[in-house]
Amino acid sequence: MLTTTTADHRLYGPGGSAAPETVTGSQAIIRSLEELGVTDVFGIPGGAILPTYDPLMDSEKLNHILVRHEQGAGHAAQGYAMATGEVGVCFATSGPGATNLVTPLADAHMDSVPMVAITGQVNASVIGTDAFQEADIVGIATPITKHSYLVTDPDEIPQVMAEAFHIASSGRPGPVLVDITKSAQVAQTTFAWPPKMGLTGYKPVTRGHARQVREAAKLIAASQRPVFYLGGGVIKAEASAEFAELAESVGAPVVTTLMARGAFPDSHPNNVGMPGMHGTVSAVAALQQSDLLITLGARFDDRVTGQLDSFAPEAKVIHADIDPAEISKNRHADVPIVGSLKEIIPELKNAVEEIFAKHQRPDLGPWWQRLSRLVETYPLGWTTPEDGAIAPQKVIQKISQASGPEAVYVAGVGQHQMWAAQFVEYERPRQWLNSGGLGTMGYSVPAAMGAQVGNPDRTVWAIDGDGCFQMTNQELATCAINNIPIKVAVINNSSLGMVRQWQTLFYESRYSNTDLNTSLNPSGEEVVRIPDFLKLAEAYGCVGLRCERDEDIDSVIAQALEINDRPVVIDFVVSRDSMVWPMVPAGVSNSDIQVARNMTPEWDEEE
Amino acid sequence: MAPTPAGGVARRTLSVLVEDVPGVLAKVSGLFARRAFNIHSLAVGPSEIAGLSRITVVVDADAKLLEQMTKQLNKLINVIKIIELEPTNSVQREHLVIKVKADAAARLQVTQAVELFRAKIVDVSTDSLTVEATGAADKLDALLSVLEPFGVREIVRSGSLAISRGSKSMTEKIPSEKPLK
Repeated sequence: MLTTTTADHRLYGPGGSAAPETVTGSQAIIRSLEELGVTDVFGIPGGAILPTYDPLMDSEKLNHILVRHEQGAGHAAQGYAMATGEVGVCFATSGPGATNLVTPLADAHMDSVPMVAITGQVNASVIGTDAFQEADIVGIATPITKHSYLVTDPDEIPQVMAEAFHIASSGRPGPVLVDITKSAQVAQTTFAWPPKMGLTGYKPVTRGHARQVREAAKLIAASQRPVFYLGGGVIKAEASAEFAELAESVGAPVVTTLMARGAFPDSHPNNVGMPGMHGTVSAVAALQQSDLLITLGARFDDRVTGQLDSFAPEAKVIHADIDPAEISKNRHADVPIVGSLKEIIPELKNAVEEIFAKHQRPDLGPWWQRLSRLVETYPLGWTTPEDGAIAPQKVIQKISQASGPEAVYVAGVGQHQMWAAQFVEYERPRQWLNSGGLGTMGYSVPAAMGAQVGNPDRTVWAIDGDGCFQMTNQELATCAINNIPIKVAVINNSSLGMVRQWQTLFYESRYSNTDLNTSLNPSGEEVVRIPDFLKLAEAYGCVGLRCERDEDIDSVIAQALEINDRPVVIDFVVSRDSMVWPMVPAGVSNSDIQVARNMTPEWDEEE
Repeated sequence: MAPTPAGGVARRTLSVLVEDVPGVLAKVSGLFARRAFNIHSLAVGPSEIAGLSRITVVVDADAKLLEQMTKQLNKLINVIKIIELEPTNSVQREHLVIKVKADAAARLQVTQAVELFRAKIVDVSTDSLTVEATGAADKLDALLSVLEPFGVREIVRSGSLAISRGSKSMTEKIPSEKPLK
């Protein structure tokens, strides 16, 4: 696997060289991708990118996967990147092709996913004339990309491509758009490799400030109630192994945010769960009652902090992140450390151990006693649905038990996403993919497709909802045709479940426009299946299975796990009334977390 | 970057050195818009290094917001360097061009006011004068308030330009390697 996070690795890829030769701009694009070590590209051709699809056909190194919608290409590139750590690549044409990439670009920007999108643009001579299929995609994408280029001169192609991959994969990773005019693609140019890179203004800091690291170690050594608050940055920095050593050394509780599930094993006794709006009581309390947040690659998102003013009121904050703009953005950092976690974490461990060796370690016994009580008293769980239908949580837990931590789990957005974050057991980084920041419904199927292409030997589960699934399931065709055998578990509650949950809780159960009729009609009395997911799966050349009874869950999952030559879609018909708990209602303090409707935990009496 | 002593909301001036590439101004101004940062004025032009432009942006911000602005600007790939120019150790100038009513009766008074402010008359017609002036914002405001009673027909005013006092240059340590066009 290529290293993507080391900053002095100036050129992404194997770093080969090529003597100057005359080629077209399009050939320069393909040659650059080859030199950069790209092996898989997701895309759809169209007028303005057509010249580049011609030399693509002759490339022996690039495997192009023809998707059915550009959004699918974008999410597939994201899934590929998140599952492998490499830069995901997608192609689209100008105008609508490019605008269909807007959602994946925004998603990748929010979740710091390394990805490069290459779009065709109309001829340079007609830019600005409202030409056919013209859209100012650089203008549109600027706020949702780490960087974007418009290329009109074919001579710039190798340099732009090298810079794009470097920017996407270094520092805080993110999406880069390269928009290349058709005139630049067809023109003659000279291709040579490696190109010279510019980027005077781009120098990500990787080495944490030594004094700040020592200050952080002092705070840790003095803290009575420390907690490690891990974000997705730990996974992006490939720093899980380093973190595990630090965690052992300090012995403090660890919480893993939605983006950090798998950064530290769930099975480790120090892991007290996921914090946030649907986090465990113990994880929420660990942050809320802490006197020191050791924040690593997290960004104090509102879904984690709840009402910011009352978040972790007694805690000092150590904040280590590669992006200086995250430091003190939402919560003031007492000790900021800017740099790569890969370098900071081992240094922090050494600094802490040095202090521990000289002085007594703090006694975390009382802190652990308090949290252990919460872990035991408020484990994750669910109530058996009154309507006799399957509990969705149970389906997800059983998928996890049957498939294990070596599988990859890719969720859409909504209730099923939260249940997948809660009830799958995460043991390794890159085991869990989801759309965290943007909350993109429809992420699951195409991202799972990308993850499967990047990890052909792993079982890849798309854990999707019936609403999400209908947004992007056209990529089942891509999967079936290209032998990408993902397994899709549609957690079918016949409604937009999370919205319905909010309607139940906050809108007096007035279900405005949340019934999807994918298993039941709105009254719940009549079976309606529009569409029938089983038939839909079969129409797309996939195996379709349906599970409607508790006692069939195990056998249906086992059946799906045995099929490896085609995608499988399982329609798990589940209760509409199951809700995601615990829950911190939007805008209130984390201390008001509810473990079930109108039930708050009993905090420590001595407090 | 040292905030002004109070750290409270104040008018602050940033000098931003950027690569002179298409769309860079849109990237900078768009960043301010989408992060809900308020721009008081913005002026852009070439710097002494070929391929680099210099943007002077004046904002109303407290120390914390200014830090966020600076950090977010620094994330733009085309931004090379940012400094805050504090009023006490920088020269800050705006340019004002104003078309003021001045018939035969008022002309002398207008001309006197222009001279008092060391402004310059750059165009004359039978019933108006066009005046240009350069100075700090408060001086231009004062000139405006003096000319207003005569009847202002048109005003055009540049954003603030700012440069540090002393011999140091903002671009001293910047390699003059050419960016992509």
